[in-house]
This record gives sequence, C-alpha cells and structure tokens, in this order.
Amino acid sequence: MGKTVKIAGRTALSLAIAAASIGGAHAADKIKVGLMLPYTGTYAALGNAITNGFKQYVEENGGKLGGREVEYAVVDDESNPAKATENARKMVSREKVDVLVGTVHSGVALAMAKVARDTRTLMIVPNAGANDLTGPLCSPYVFRSSFSAWQPSYAMGEALARKGLKNIVTVTWKYSFGEESVAGFKEAFEQGGGKIAKEMTLPFPNVEFQPFLTEIASLKPDAVFVFFAGAGAAKFVSDYSAAGLKNSIPLYGPGFLTDGNLDAMGAAGEGLLTTLHYADGLSNARDAAFRTEYAARYKAQPDVYAVQGYDAAQMYEAGLRAAGGDPGRKEEVIKGMESATIDSPRGAFTLSRAHNPVQDIYMREVKGGENVVVEIVSKGLEDPARGCKL
Amino acid sequence: MDFASFLIQTLNSLQYGLLLFLVASGLTLVFGIMGIINLAHGSFYMVGAYLAFVLSSATGSLVMAIVLGIPLALVFGAILEWALFSHLYKRDHLEQVLLTYGLILIFEQLRSLLVGDDVHGVAIPAFLDASIQLTEVMSYPVYRLAISAVCVALAVALYYVIQRTRLGMMIRAGNDDRSMVESLGINIDMIYRVVFALGVALAALAGMLAAPISSVFPNMGSQVLIISFVIVVIGGIGSVWGALVAALIVGFADTFGKVLIPELSGIVVYVVMAVVLLWRPEGILKKG
Repeated sequence: MGKTVKIAGRTALSLAIAAASIGGAHAADKIKVGLMLPYTGTYAALGNAITNGFKQYVEENGGKLGGREVEYAVVDDESNPAKATENARKMVSREKVDVLVGTVHSGVALAMAKVARDTRTLMIVPNAGANDLTGPLCSPYVFRSSFSAWQPSYAMGEALARKGLKNIVTVTWKYSFGEESVAGFKEAFEQGGGKIAKEMTLPFPNVEFQPFLTEIASLKPDAVFVFFAGAGAAKFVSDYSAAGLKNSIPLYGPGFLTDGNLDAMGAAGEGLLTTLHYADGLSNARDAAFRTEYAARYKAQPDVYAVQGYDAAQMYEAGLRAAGGDPGRKEEVIKGMESATIDSPRGAFTLSRAHNPVQDIYMREVKGGENVVVEIVSKGLEDPARGCKL
Repeated sequence: MDFASFLIQTLNSLQYGLLLFLVASGLTLVFGIMGIINLAHGSFYMVGAYLAFVLSSATGSLVMAIVLGIPLALVFGAILEWALFSHLYKRDHLEQVLLTYGLILIFEQLRSLLVGDDVHGVAIPAFLDASIQLTEVMSYPVYRLAISAVCVALAVALYYVIQRTRLGMMIRAGNDDRSMVESLGINIDMIYRVVFALGVALAALAGMLAAPISSVFPNMGSQVLIISFVIVVIGGIGSVWGALVAALIVGFADTFGKVLIPELSGIVVYVVMAVVLLWRPEGILKKG
C-alpha cells in the first residue's frame, strides 16, 4: 500500500514536472521573480538595497535571466511573521512566481521557507541569518545568498583565540539571532583554548546597558564580544566608549554591530574590529565594478545587503543556465545552483550541501566612517549545517 | 558584587529612574487629570529626539536645539489638543485608544518621510562632554549626571507648580470635578490645553535629553511607552510625586535585576508592578 502511494506520488510529481516543462517551453515566456522584502518599517533600507542589487544584476545581464525577460511580483513583508505565510502563498499560487526572493527578518524567512518546501518553489534568502534555514529546516528548494548567524561569529572566535585572549565576556539580546551568534563565537573560542567568563543577556529590545558596563568593569575580562544590530548597536558602542571601557577592554562583534551605524556612533566607533563576509576597500576588480555601477545607478553607496541581492540574482542565473533557461526543470536548476561558483563582489563563493555560502570572512576595522578590510580571518568558512539531512 | 560596584549600580539605578520619571510625568498628568489614555505619548518622546537631531544639526548645539524645541513642542501639543484631543474627553477609552494608536502610525510615517529610517547620533554639548573616573577602568559620563540634575530640578518645579500655584490649584480642582470648576467661571478648556501641552513638552524634553545617549532611531517611542505606563500605574494615576517614586523603583528593579538575576531580568519590573498592585491597587500614591 505504502509503495503504491509512493509510486503514485512519484508519477504525479513527474507529471507535474512534465506539465511545468511544457508550460515553460514557450520561448516567449518571461521569468517571474517574486520579491518578498520589507519596504516599510525598520528594515526598509535593507529591503531596498537588496532589491537594487538584484535588479542591477538583471539589468547588467540585458534585463534577462537564463536568456529570458524578467518580470517582478513585489510584496512588502513588513517584517511581520504573522503575515508571512499568507503573503508567500499568494506569491506562489496567485502570482505563480518561478523563484521567491526573501527576506531580511528571520521569522518571516522561516515561514516563507516552509511554504517554499511545501509547494516545491525555489527560494533564495538574500539576508535572514537564522541557522535553522540551512540547518534542521534545510530543503532542496531553499538557498541562501547571505550568511548564517554562526559564520561571522565563529570566525571572530577563531581570530580572538589565535590572538591569545583567554577570558571574554559576551553580551547580547536574548533572542535567537543573538544567542546563535554567541554560541558560534563560544564554540570557536573555547576550541582555541579560551574561556567565556560570563554570558550576559538582556531582553530585546531593551537598551539600558549601564548595569552591564559596570559589571564588565569589575570583571576586567581580556575583551568583550557583543551581538547587537541597528540602533541598539549604536547605543551600546557609544555607552561603552562613554564609560571609558573602550581604552582598557577591547570590544569585538560580528559586522552587524557597525554596518549602517557608523554615522550614529561617531568617534565611539573608530577602531572597532568586526567580522563579516563583506567589507569596504576589497581589492578585487569585481567589487570595484559593482560599486561603480551601483553608485551610478542609485546615487548611493552599496552595502552588504545590496551585494546579497546581487548574488541572489547571480545564483538563479547560474541555475537557469544549467537548465537551458527553463525554470520548470527544477532539478536541473537546483543542480546548477549547487555546483556554481558565484563571482560575487565579496569574493567568489560556492554553496554548501545545505545551500549556504561557503565564503571568506573578513576582519574589518572602522576607519573614517568605513568598515575597511584588514585581512581574511577565515578562508572558505562553511556553516556546519547541523541537523540538515540533505 | 564588591562595594564600589554596588555604589555605581546604585548610581545607574538613580540615573535611569530619573530619566524614566521625565517621560512618565507627562503621561501621568494627561492620563490622571484629563482621563485620556494617550498611546501616542511615546511618539512625543520620539518627536523630541528627532527635533534634537534636526535642530542640533542645523544650529550646531544641543542646548540651542532644546531652547528652540521646547516652545515648538508646547505649540505642537496645544494644536493637537485643540484639533483632536478636545473632542475626546466625553468619549470612552476605546475611542481614545484608537485615535492615539492611529497617531503613532501617522507620526512614524511622517518621521520616515521627513527624516528617513537611518539611525542618527546627536553630539553631547562640549562643556558636558567629559567623564569622571570612578574606578581603575570605569568612568562615568558627566552628561548622564547632568540629565539627572535636570530631572530632579523638573520634579521640584512640577511639584511647586501643582501644589503651590493658582494654576496648579485649578488643575487639581479640574481633576476632581470638571463641571464644578466650570461653574465657578474658570476656563477649564484652557487649563486642559495647558496641561496637555505641558505633557507633550515633558515627553519631548525627555527625548531631547536622551537623544545623545540613546541615539535617534525609528520606533524609539514604543520602547518608552510601555515602561511609562508601568510607572504611571505603580505610582498612582495622576500623581506626579507617585510617578517619581515609581520611576526610581523601576530604575532599581531593572538595574539590579539585570545584575543579580539575569535570567529573569525581563520580568523583574513587571513582578514589582504586580506586587505593588496587590498591596495598593490604586498605586503607591493616589491622585493628588
């Protein structure tokens, strides 16, 4: 009985694939890209940068992906997990998108990934860093062009252990991205022989840091590792400096600490060292060309989010090319993406078996309002994809 | 915790509590005296912070920004009261909640259109941009101490105005019995307008003072709104003095909660609120 069902299921699947292929056989058909990103609210700037990056690649490519014209279906996800499933379903069933691109907020991305898995729709995550997306919840249909929370923090842990630091205090908000970041850092730092003196957390989005600063001053660790992002990051860095700790106890964190916040931090941010998969002042020609083009097109400087959007388009192009430009031949598209080397402005990367970038992590230093690259601290770092059965 | 740390944590508690008082005092006035549940109070804090950012970038000085910003906030408050809130006094609380929640959304969108969604910093005035060395590694920014001093001065001034002046007497009377005050020939509408404008100005001033240490960012008002309501409820609705006591309690609970029981730091303040309400359901100090 079970076998019959399986065979019936398989037949239905191949019929569906065949039908999709027939549907896709018309050369005039356009590729439909669903952009489900935040265009209002706190993450609006990130959603726009990702969109700009994605469209820039398509336009550089003659307005085409896989040799076909591209059209977009766009929805504002509002960074609201409660609306995520419905929005994603609309994209798939009503708009009939060939690929779903989104999003920034991890909670929304997790809901989207479930829809993508259930409906066998290809999805590319251009930012959300939740480890689970390419961990226990990984799927053949879900790819990521950005990073996992684990990656930049693990690289920082390795780097600080190599520096010979022994004793570190961590501070973060008590929510999954912060906890995943600290866990990644701790794993590498303890493997390297270091010890976490104390893990401090506070509820999101509380920003009253003064009690922690007082405690750090009395514990006197070798360094402090923090995960904060956005306004909370700017405040932490300013408070840390105002408490006089910056000169005696160095502060480190993943790049989200400084990205987009340098203006707000002012002098307090100068000299901070952070780790991320992108940096200002990379010396590769690809990045230079990307930046010049982006600046000319949008009258703004690109950031890591624009790069992730740009690479999402590149990844899909690689998949389509492997499938002869036919989005209906999903297995070939997926294989094509899995085996591609993406020539990214951040430096070339490939994808892990769980579909997360295997990429270099840079150490960056804040200098004159930029996150300037210092060195590659972890070459070709691959997320361990714990719990992924692909 | 050694003794030096304990003293510094006490200082942290006082300083945090006083800043909370500044935000909550305006809310307790408007809520207690006028009976308006004003969810947009946090937005006034946000407006103040953005005023500090815009005006201090334009004039090059935070002090100048505050001098210009307070009259702007007063006028803004008076106009809002005249145009919207004055129609709400006789309506029920649900309609007030709807209007003021709508205002939050409108203010946030206006902020987004006018200033954008980036995080901004505001420079501390040069004469306060120093710090005092407390221990070998820890120092304390003078600006934070200055904020505390301003908060204490305002608390005293508010107490004086409400308890010792004719205006304060009319405010208190209006609080007790609106129609009686009207029949005595006092222009109660004007009193309410003044109180509301004062409430807006207090929230905006809190935002302006906090801007250099909290930075200026979208939705910053929602962070202070909930804690302000907690303080108003603990202190007793309408009591400025109660708000001060409650703000200090919250400051201590939050600070020492984070240090002593970090796993539960998110709920310490609310546990304190629950205990106080069991003990005194009307808040520590009733209206007055």
